[in-house]
Amino acid sequence: MSYLSIVALIPLAAVVFKAFDGGWDTFWNSISSPQAWYSLRLTLIASLIVVLINALAGTVIAWVLVRDEFRGKGIVNSLIDLPFALPTIVASLTLLAFYGPDSPVGINIAFTKVSVVVALLFVTLPFVVRAVQPVLLELDREMEQAAESLGASRFTVFRRIILPNLLPAILAGGGVAFARAVGEFGSLVLITGMIPFDTQAASVFIFSQVESDNIVGAAAVSVVLLVASLVILLLFGWLSKKALRHDQ
Amino acid sequence: MISKYGLRIVALGYLALLLGIPVALIFINAFQDGIGAAWDAVTTPEAQHAFYLTFVMVIVAVPLNTIFGVLCALAIVRQRFRGRWLLNALVDLPFAVSPVVVGLALILVYGRRDGWVGQWFADQGIQIIFSTPGMILATMFVSLPFVVREVIPVLREIGTEQEQAAATLGAGGLQTFFRVTLPAIRWGVAYGVVLTTARALGEFGAVSVVSGKLSGQTETATLYVENRYQRFDETGAYAASVVLALLALVTLLAMNVIKPKEAKEAKA
Repeated sequence: MSYLSIVALIPLAAVVFKAFDGGWDTFWNSISSPQAWYSLRLTLIASLIVVLINALAGTVIAWVLVRDEFRGKGIVNSLIDLPFALPTIVASLTLLAFYGPDSPVGINIAFTKVSVVVALLFVTLPFVVRAVQPVLLELDREMEQAAESLGASRFTVFRRIILPNLLPAILAGGGVAFARAVGEFGSLVLITGMIPFDTQAASVFIFSQVESDNIVGAAAVSVVLLVASLVILLLFGWLSKKALRHDQ
Repeated sequence: MISKYGLRIVALGYLALLLGIPVALIFINAFQDGIGAAWDAVTTPEAQHAFYLTFVMVIVAVPLNTIFGVLCALAIVRQRFRGRWLLNALVDLPFAVSPVVVGLALILVYGRRDGWVGQWFADQGIQIIFSTPGMILATMFVSLPFVVREVIPVLREIGTEQEQAAATLGAGGLQTFFRVTLPAIRWGVAYGVVLTTARALGEFGAVSVVSGKLSGQTETATLYVENRYQRFDETGAYAASVVLALLALVTLLAMNVIKPKEAKEAKA
């Protein structure tokens, strides 16, 4: 417990204290400065888009990895965890190499808002896939066969049988992806250019404030990010549990 | 059947465009001036020092977090005390915190000017922030939960029967732990160690904030990649990235070897 305190808890408490050092007004002024507010909004909107894409793409990928058979499936399956194992700064360089000014295919999205979304998609890829995969493996095929034999179309089977079973996992994975996207920093550094009022996400804003010695401003936005992550994790955890109860 | 192939193409296409092709491209870019140039780029004194510093991060943070992780998991699963649920919830906290916030948090406690205890350490002649100890703390923070999270489910699965049997046969607490518990959870611990190592190797944001970015002094491998790129030394950036990417692939390999064993352990 004391190890946890020295490494994590006391430092986090220090951030909260610093943010409210000058009272509510200073805190509010810090987060409502135009640049801070813009970066928070960008982070929230980009993360939301990323979660929606992840929910869809992650489910499709998990489906293909479980129900489909093709050569090299094992390798594809292990590569899903690559964004976790790859350092985020390398991820950023990687994306810049393919989607930047020197792109071999001529797609240049570097230093645009799209690049923020792409970088976040890269680092959050494993979460929904890894949450849905085990549930899909355990899923009873007999339910689907029963529905089909009763004349349900494939779409109906998916909507009425498969999706309700997967929903808790999609929500759980989506929540973790959301929290990760909100705090992400390293992968944004090279590909987004970190331009204020354009591609500067909240974590990048905090970094720039620390560097220019506005510690109070950095702490205030940090507190907003901390609270946002905790609320997201609790909310998605609760939704996931609710969805789980619903289908039992 | 069309939909079956359609889904496969969508899934694999998405993975190729987001993951496969870009990662393959850094290997090509690193070697565009030949293998010799790439080799020279990662063997400069700065590069060597950066990889050495990353090695230091791993060698300190991983053992400490492993010991903490196993003890913490044992406390959460085996013991009954007030605040157990709180400990269980707090352990996951580093997952929910942005790396940049981690860095800022450490500055506010251990920083010489802004920190609560930084001045005291400075008086003892110990500099934490903008120096190696701070970077180690940052690495420990972000990689804290992995061992705990992997060991808890295994501990729950194996139950206490064998431990109780050992105790009735006269084994002491330590003896039971090393002869019964530890062998039963070893693959869970191993998997947690691999994840911790991967995170420690690759951490960028938290380390970046507390490092002060002194090239050749407080620059880890990931910071070196950024530094080289910002100084228009693309070969240097790509070559160091390739080394890190290879380490990531080794991590993936280790994950794939250990995961089935851990799963079997949890079922046994």
